[in-house]
Amino acid sequence: MPDLKDYFSRTHAVPEHKPWSRFQLDEHGWNDMIHQLAVSDWTLLGLWAYGNEVYAAFRDVTIAVVSFECRERRFKSLTEVRPAAARLERTIRDLFGLIPEGIADFRPWLDHGRWSQSQPLSNVHCGIPTGSIDYHFLSTDGQNLHQIPVGPVHAGVIESGHFRFTCSGETIVRLEERFGYKHRGIEGLIVGKNLIEASKIIGRISGDSTVAYAIAFARAVEAATCTEVPPRAHWIRALMSELERISNHIFDFGAICNDVAFSFMLSKCMTIREQILQTNNICFGHRLLMDKIIPGGVTIDLTSEGVRVLSDLIKELRKQICKLADIYDNMPILQNRTIGTGIVKSALAHRFGAGGVVGRSSSQSCDARKNPGYPPYDDLNFDVPVHLEGDVNSRILQRIEEIQVSIGLIEQILKLIPDGSLFNQTKKCDGEGMALIESFRGEILLWIRLSKTGHVLRCHPRDPSWFQWPLLESAIEGNIVADFPVCNKSFNCSYSGVDL
Amino acid sequence: MSSLTRLLFSELFNGPRTIDGPSIDYLDVEKLKLIAKKYHRKHRGRSMYIRECDAGSCNGCELEIHAVNGPIYDLERFGIRFASSPRHVDVLLVTGPVSSNMTEALQRTYAAIPSPKWVLAMGDCAINGGCFNSNYAVLGGVHHILPVDLTIIGCPPTPIKLLSSLLTLLKVMS
Ligand code: SF4
Repeated sequence: MPDLKDYFSRTHAVPEHKPWSRFQLDEHGWNDMIHQLAVSDWTLLGLWAYGNEVYAAFRDVTIAVVSFECRERRFKSLTEVRPAAARLERTIRDLFGLIPEGIADFRPWLDHGRWSQSQPLSNVHCGIPTGSIDYHFLSTDGQNLHQIPVGPVHAGVIESGHFRFTCSGETIVRLEERFGYKHRGIEGLIVGKNLIEASKIIGRISGDSTVAYAIAFARAVEAATCTEVPPRAHWIRALMSELERISNHIFDFGAICNDVAFSFMLSKCMTIREQILQTNNICFGHRLLMDKIIPGGVTIDLTSEGVRVLSDLIKELRKQICKLADIYDNMPILQNRTIGTGIVKSALAHRFGAGGVVGRSSSQSCDARKNPGYPPYDDLNFDVPVHLEGDVNSRILQRIEEIQVSIGLIEQILKLIPDGSLFNQTKKCDGEGMALIESFRGEILLWIRLSKTGHVLRCHPRDPSWFQWPLLESAIEGNIVADFPVCNKSFNCSYSGVDL
Repeated sequence: MSSLTRLLFSELFNGPRTIDGPSIDYLDVEKLKLIAKKYHRKHRGRSMYIRECDAGSCNGCELEIHAVNGPIYDLERFGIRFASSPRHVDVLLVTGPVSSNMTEALQRTYAAIPSPKWVLAMGDCAINGGCFNSNYAVLGGVHHILPVDLTIIGCPPTPIKLLSSLLTLLKVMS
């Protein structure tokens, strides 16, 4: 089984693609690669289009990007060998009009027939609107089955998306998701924008991971333009990113407990979360830390007062988390609902290349902070916790442990953060760059192509949820309807991140 | 003593963590009074139920809505609650720039609310599209399809701002 590097060693690499190589394939090469994928262990990291080219990113020990110009506006689908590609390919068809050949599912994905034009990002024609679409959910045969449609507007304060349950009595036989309701056309909107405008939009793809998205965008641009970022900026970025991780994990932990009717935990967690957000506001001037990271560095410094406030917060957090974890550990009535519920099989998590809490609680050990790694994490000492069972319980434990790891990281950052400047102007040059950044959900991939004037020609942000949502469909099978909220919350995938 | 009992005791004796509510916005009161005449309802108590509808937000606004529901801002002490069904509510709180794919769902949610009803546009997106304006997939603001009574500026608006706007509305309504 050749590794990625060997396999593509004889293929033409595009020089301006950084930091990993991009290989240009012809039709033969693309089809060959698909055969190779069937027998190799390369993880699919992303699949997107630009003009009439299709791009795919893979990882084994290294990362490689391949591109294929589909002259006939069709390309051979990857779904047979990498099922995770299905929704991405349907998206490519909706937005670019490139046809994935051999895909089993021909239904549109993001296009609900309501846009002012079809195939909005296609380079050949501005399509007339698709018109109303009759979306057929997959059928399920069997006696006494009934369907429960849920959404797009849900019962709680949740994002919009549709779930179609097919149930036998209380038991879920099949769940099918349908998204795209929140599609804002971000990939189209960002074209032609300058870097500051673009990073503002990218920071609003998914508000809860705004820091991670901003870092991904900044790093991709910096890679494309070969810009060195001052070390202090790296450390401040990491600090913000860990604060974001803790505040989200703690909220999820509380919300999962709340979904099994233990609202005390949610109240405690919300209090802690609020403390973090208020500290964010004091130290960096925004509760969610939006617009603080730009290509070239960061826009705000950490003052000595900020270091003091953060150290106090971290000390307090460490104590509180231990207490809450202890409560969870000693509550059999809670664990009764969480252990064995919503199991993600590790083989499936591996097949879909799911990262983040969902992947790591099903024995996948990927973490972009370790591999491929990015500064300053190479200088920090931390472990990546992994759980094996893949149920709601292990996702809770995973979150608690990740909070503890992040607390350790912040302690180190506050101690070791170097002095220096915060920002280096990015060079104005064309190029292609890619970044892989660990958000609290998992790895965000962001690919960018810049013009000579420093404007965005094409930017593709791939949320970790793309590869996690399909696992929810499988995890919920055989569970009761009442357990869906807790399963869904334990995944906490992003709707806006995949709807774009 | 188990950690739960210990925590519960400390919560009991440490007093509430909830902060005082914000003052209401008198500019908004004047604005709302004009509309209020139109909707004035004779028999209403001092409570207000809200249905939230996400019309393409980035979920930043939702996070702050969760925060006002939490123990620090504690919305429910003012008689304001988020409800599950639009049929039970007085107010529709919309976030996001209104994506084309959500328009029908938003309109149907609005239609399901019994009159008199109020529409709040929360966040810069909902007010005028924010940074998602002018695009094949967004309408760019709630006012394009629903009559908006009150807007809440910010990206996302802070919980205090949101709370203050809700209290303002409650005052005018009752
Ligand atoms: S106003 Fe800001 S926080 Fe709210 S949905 Fe829009 S971009 Fe997100």
